[in-house]
Amino acid sequence: MKVLYFAWFRDRIGMAEEEIELSEADKLTVRDFIHHLAGRGEGYSAAFEDMSVVHVALDMQEVDHDTIIGGASEIAFYPPFTGG
Amino acid sequence: MIRVQTEDFDPGAELDKLVAGRTDIGASVSFVGHMRSRNEDRDIETMTLEHYPGMAEKALSAIEAEAHKRWPLQASSIIHRVGPLKPGDRIVLVITASAHRQAAFEAAEFLMDWLKTKAPFWKKESGPEGDSWVSSRSTDEDAAQRWTAPAKPD
Repeated sequence: MKVLYFAWFRDRIGMAEEEIELSEADKLTVRDFIHHLAGRGEGYSAAFEDMSVVHVALDMQEVDHDTIIGGASEIAFYPPFTGG
Repeated sequence: MIRVQTEDFDPGAELDKLVAGRTDIGASVSFVGHMRSRNEDRDIETMTLEHYPGMAEKALSAIEAEAHKRWPLQASSIIHRVGPLKPGDRIVLVITASAHRQAAFEAAEFLMDWLKTKAPFWKKESGPEGDSWVSSRSTDEDAAQRWTAPAKPD
């Protein structure tokens, strides 16, 4: 699955995107995946420190942390929007 | 019509294009957001706007469609710039056109309130004190919330 990081997620993790193989995505929630990512190193744990500002989109559709990842081909992590 | 672009836009030309040949439009409202050189007591030299390509366009189209559902709009435009901007630069344009002014005024406010909180754009400010990502404002969230109740029918 393609994993995208925007704004300070990208700064902290040190990359804009990566490819991660998921097993049992039909049982895996976004929250499970975040816990998995947070354990990958210092940058990741810093990025996922405060879950209240971790926003997630599956295939460009915003979802909450309890959503099952399922067959999504792209997951994106980003802070609250500040455009306009 | 929605557009995400790095280049500047010409609000007058965009308005002319939107209403060209139309005789059913009695009112149009244009809103332009500009970049300020100060924010929360910090001097800002450059503001960089980042977006999620694909999702940003989808979100803007959905917000525009929602405005057309709630108000009798004849036409509308949303243009959002991305990339590095300098103080005074234009950031965003919203135009709404309707038979009467009230729908155009309200829909323009709605579009701005929703695009600030529901479309994937992020601002980074750079100045003498360094770089920092802009945090979301609760006042923007409140402004978006007041539109959650559907608009009253005419």
